[in-house]
Amino acid sequence: MFDIQHYYKAESIAQAVEMLAAHPGSRLVAGGTDVLVKLRHFDDKFTRLVDIHALPELKKIAAQDGKLFLGSGLTFAETMACEAVTQYIPVLAEACATVAGPQIRNMGTIGGNIANGAVSADTAAALLVLEPMLVIQGREGVRRAAMEGFHTGPGQVALAADEVLLGFEFDLAGLKGLGAAYYKYAMRSAMDIATIGCAAGVKMEGGRIADLRLAFTVAAPTPLRCRRAEAASLNQPLNDAAVAKIIAALEEDVQPRTSWRATREFRMRIIKTLAGRMIAAAAEGAKRGN
Amino acid sequence: MVKLKLHVNGRDYELDVDPRESLLTVLRDRLGLIGVKKSCGVGECGACTVLLNGVPTDSCLTLAVWAEGQCVRTVEGVARPEGELSPVQRAYVEAGAVQCGFCTPGLVMTTTAFLEQNKDRLASVTREEIKRAHAGHLCRCTGYEMITEAVELALGREVKGAAECLEISK
Ligand SMILES: Cc1cc2nc3c(=O)[nH]c(=O)nc-3n(C[C@@H](O)[C@@H](O)[C@H](O)COP(=O)(O)OP(=O)(O)OC[C@H]3O[C@@H](n4cnc5c(N)ncnc54)[C@H](O)[C@@H]3O)c2cc1C
Ligand code: FES
Ligand code: FES
Repeated sequence: MFDIQHYYKAESIAQAVEMLAAHPGSRLVAGGTDVLVKLRHFDDKFTRLVDIHALPELKKIAAQDGKLFLGSGLTFAETMACEAVTQYIPVLAEACATVAGPQIRNMGTIGGNIANGAVSADTAAALLVLEPMLVIQGREGVRRAAMEGFHTGPGQVALAADEVLLGFEFDLAGLKGLGAAYYKYAMRSAMDIATIGCAAGVKMEGGRIADLRLAFTVAAPTPLRCRRAEAASLNQPLNDAAVAKIIAALEEDVQPRTSWRATREFRMRIIKTLAGRMIAAAAEGAKRGN
Repeated sequence: MVKLKLHVNGRDYELDVDPRESLLTVLRDRLGLIGVKKSCGVGECGACTVLLNGVPTDSCLTLAVWAEGQCVRTVEGVARPEGELSPVQRAYVEAGAVQCGFCTPGLVMTTTAFLEQNKDRLASVTREEIKRAHAGHLCRCTGYEMITEAVELALGREVKGAAECLEISK
């Protein structure tokens, strides 16, 4: 038996927002792969739950007017199977495919992966590169927030206690020409948390880098975009010297730390190695058209 | 208490369940389906895997109320009514993929779903795909090689190790 003290089942998003507001201290549960594990570990911050599991409203997929909207309640497996994802933003499917194993991918949601705020969330680096707007429902209405800056600290995101993340809105027009790639460095190729995760997005123009987006997980207290490294890339040709310059600037962006999984020095080495490889992979993707 | 309608292994059930209950405990303690194993309780090992509308799911991290109206399949629903093993179960036995057997019911469910999903392309399924599809299961005994072979056997392929294993067991 889970130590749930209050359980409220929301039949709609509007009802979920009302319930969160009416019951201070209550938290949403979607796929439950973080929340129920926390309850097993007797985390008393999750004993009052508002249940939005499998709410149809949160599984919406809509492509129109150059935008793609993905509902927060889509599981990793549903996201990987979504044609619009594999066609327009395949890097998100790649990232989902690295999460845990098949059962967890059938259960955990992409919205929960971000709302949970974990620094190791596999979708976080890919989403930082894809720059969707997060669509958030509160009592006053809907607001939009950028992906960058949404993670405010370890396990923390900029969501009020009575807000529901509805989903992610991708600007497909803006993503045209962007090649992207994600790599998760972990000790095992399944059922393991990233030691370092790296996503890169590259747009080339006339043989030069017109747009570099470089994002890491587990390289700082929150998932992050590497703005110094990106600035160093502007208008550079894609060659070894330019990549070396980008990687040198990258050291200022990240603050890896030592944990039982890996030392700071080892993490730094993976960060630099992956940066080079993912920039190359993203540039390849840009050539192919994704 | 919440009313819960479940369709389990071809039978309909109507139960009053506590919303704090996992699907795992409802299946084991209320319906007596003790083929569903509990080990880690936190989604790491796959011993508790059941099929929810055909999809492999860790029942330990699933609230029972989430299964409302769904088809649940456990290892008890895999064998034929007279107790004859399913082709997947037979493959596990023949490949020597069962030692202590604690991981087996979950694995059999994943393999059953895997075959169903790939039924139109059995011949082109790769070993890598087999491994990826079964990566959500821990086995402390077999070293996984025989499990991969069991899946290959279930796919209708010839497996050298399995033949040897049958020899020994004769
Ligand atoms: C065995 C195991 C292995 C794992 N491996 C990985 C891995 O390799 N990589 C990885 O990235 N993750 C991994 N995870 C974690 C991953 O499954 C979760 O982060 C998942 O994505 C969370 O989604 P959920 O729907 O299960 O969220 P829940 O557990 O239901 O919720 C998580 C948090 O998000 C909040 N929340 C959920 N939905 C919303 C919403 N719509 N609006 C606002 N807040 C919301 C909840 O209140 C809660 O705080 C693993 C988990 C397990 C159990
Ligand atoms: S008991 Fe459910 S995954 Fe281990
Ligand atoms: S046979 Fe013992 S755990 Fe797999």
